[in-house]
Amino acid sequence: MTFEYSSAPESKAIVTIDPVYKLFIGGKFVAPKSGKTFTTVNPATEEVLAKIGYGEKADVDKAVKAAQEGLKVWSKMAPSERGKYLYRIARIMQERAREFAVLETIDNGKPIRETRDIDIPLSAAHFFYHAGWADKLEHAGLGSNPKPYGVVGQIIPWNFPLLMLAWKVAPALATGNTVVLKPAETTPLTALLFAQVCQQAELPAGVVNIVTGDGATGAAIVNHPGINKIAFTGSTDVGKLIARSVAGTGKGLTLELGGKGANIVFEDAPLDETVEGIINGIFFNQGHVCCAGSRLLVQENIQDELLEKLKRRMSQIRLGDPLDKNTDIGAINSREQLAKITELAMSGDTEGAERFSAPCTLPAKGFWYPPTFFTGVTQAHRIAREEIFGPVLSVISFRTPQEAIEKANNTPYGLSAGVWTDKGSRILWTAKHLRAGVIWANTFNKFDPASPFGGYKESGWGREGGRHGLAAYLKGAK
Amino acid sequence: MSNSKSRIDVKKTYKLFIGGAFPRSESGRTYEVKDSKGNFVANPSLASRKDLRDAVVAARSAFGGWSSATAFNRGQILYRIAEIMEGRSAQFIDEIVALEGVTPTAAKKQVEEAIDLWVWYSGWCDKIGSIYGSTNAVSGSFYNFTIPDSLGVVAIFAPAKPSLLGLVHSLAPVLAGGNTAVVIASEKYPLSAITLSEALGTSDVPAGVVNILTGSAAELAPWAASHMDIDGIDASGLSSAQEKEIRIAGADNLKRISTFKDGASPQHVLAFMENKTVWHPIGV
Repeated sequence: MTFEYSSAPESKAIVTIDPVYKLFIGGKFVAPKSGKTFTTVNPATEEVLAKIGYGEKADVDKAVKAAQEGLKVWSKMAPSERGKYLYRIARIMQERAREFAVLETIDNGKPIRETRDIDIPLSAAHFFYHAGWADKLEHAGLGSNPKPYGVVGQIIPWNFPLLMLAWKVAPALATGNTVVLKPAETTPLTALLFAQVCQQAELPAGVVNIVTGDGATGAAIVNHPGINKIAFTGSTDVGKLIARSVAGTGKGLTLELGGKGANIVFEDAPLDETVEGIINGIFFNQGHVCCAGSRLLVQENIQDELLEKLKRRMSQIRLGDPLDKNTDIGAINSREQLAKITELAMSGDTEGAERFSAPCTLPAKGFWYPPTFFTGVTQAHRIAREEIFGPVLSVISFRTPQEAIEKANNTPYGLSAGVWTDKGSRILWTAKHLRAGVIWANTFNKFDPASPFGGYKESGWGREGGRHGLAAYLKGAK
Repeated sequence: MSNSKSRIDVKKTYKLFIGGAFPRSESGRTYEVKDSKGNFVANPSLASRKDLRDAVVAARSAFGGWSSATAFNRGQILYRIAEIMEGRSAQFIDEIVALEGVTPTAAKKQVEEAIDLWVWYSGWCDKIGSIYGSTNAVSGSFYNFTIPDSLGVVAIFAPAKPSLLGLVHSLAPVLAGGNTAVVIASEKYPLSAITLSEALGTSDVPAGVVNILTGSAAELAPWAASHMDIDGIDASGLSSAQEKEIRIAGADNLKRISTFKDGASPQHVLAFMENKTVWHPIGV
């Protein structure tokens, strides 16, 4: 006989989804000039959730003007008062956390367990952390009289919609900038709920402006002459495109881009704990994580034992309704992303790697991909080089620590890496030699507002979070 | 021995500095450098794209050793550069007077400032981490810290004038941060850079840590910008139009590109450093 979990769905009743959403400009919800809309769907059911205002050049222009107006108030305000607005926002986000969590899960497809325990609390924590910086900037080692850029354009991805908003908006506001933010096309709802939070916090009009839309909307922000700095999180390809667009304009630019993180397991690692870390490294958020541990580098003599344990653990993963509190893996965010994951994983098959997928039933509707790993992967395989941004792990073995470092660093990316070992000195030796911005030892995918996050090489420019993250929003600071 | 009155000077062949050696350009090309009065001075090498690529290979090979040398060791080597330059002051001064056409007093001041700048950056090597690293109070059982880390290979287009001081302003912070460098010398006033390469060659600076090319910045800048094994560029000596071009080409591998208009600053060191954050577990 088998034991099944009863379903434990989180109630949707806490959230009201409006049929139509407008843009948020100058403290008010305003319809896009063209009147155009696009739809956002629940990726777990393919049900249309709402119509969203489609922002174009004229709307971006209006938002920039509102942000310039907002700057007059915001930049003259005592820094301690600016901080208090951020504290207010943090508190309201905590008060409305359940609402945010449910809405995020519905719009994004990620499990409620993650939105409830990670995305939303961390987002509030980011505002709380940065609130405290607002009146301490002269002590941050970024010059004695650090100055904000002015109006900042921010473009964020769909994998952590509210958290990426918090990573961008909180430091920008704390340092005295005002923002024009574009949420991702497929996940605009929590940003628009955040706009309501700004209203409840009585944030001065124009300090935060939200223009929903697609890539063309983002391009209008990047190319607007009234914007002094761009902050972008997304793919490396688009990041390079933005870098070229901004060249010669004098605009500031920080980029948080792709990755192909190595998760290195040494022979003395505590294997059961490590298996949990591998699972968290690649299957957290359906693998839609720029810093995912998508290359498992395992010392050869423990590979068989580790993979057996990994298979057993993967067969216990529950994939399904993201609103179910027992769900581990939710829906892939969009049909397009599912197609990308499917295509790249198929290249693993055709290039000669061997696939293992967890035996789970995929729901009939919605976008789903089973947790998968490939063995027999060489460093030349596409699945070892390209970011899959899905629940697909490539397993590569090594014999010596030096070989592990060589293989880990053999990528144009340099965002994250993990190291699993019982030995503290080996952790620090490995960390010293890895060319990556964030290194997790005996853990993976941990985030904290106080901990700087960002990549080496083609994973981006600059850091977000911590003292170092403030530099992204202060002119001339490194 | 010949009579000193009739003695013919032994003139120097001005060469490139790549991987600790002094080769001519593989292209066989040279160009004419004149002094401020228009008289012929030298035929330095007109470095080619291939020379640039060779210099990057040398710089990349030297990066592992230089970036993992102790900060104290790097500091001593930067200080040693100052020591060796001090002994060559007269040569630097003569060349600056001849090429830049400034007074001996101004040239002397430039050389002294350049030497003192090496001393200043020497002291930063083992302090940058203390001032600009951090321990981060994360919620959880982790010791979390951030350290500045060397970027890699940096190409340097220093301001043409003052030829020695401008170059040291760009080069010293790059080395203090543990990076290796490919310097494109001032086209019109290259002798300071060439003489500096001879000082570096006798200063305990490991081969390949600094590579110096003479020639045309306009010719070499696009190749440097599109080179996938260069990690950063100091574009202080390029025009804004050239800077825009290299920023576009440099996006191919997201090079860190900076230009500096202010004086010496630890920010110049940090411009070519990464930040590495480590989450180390705490437990018994």
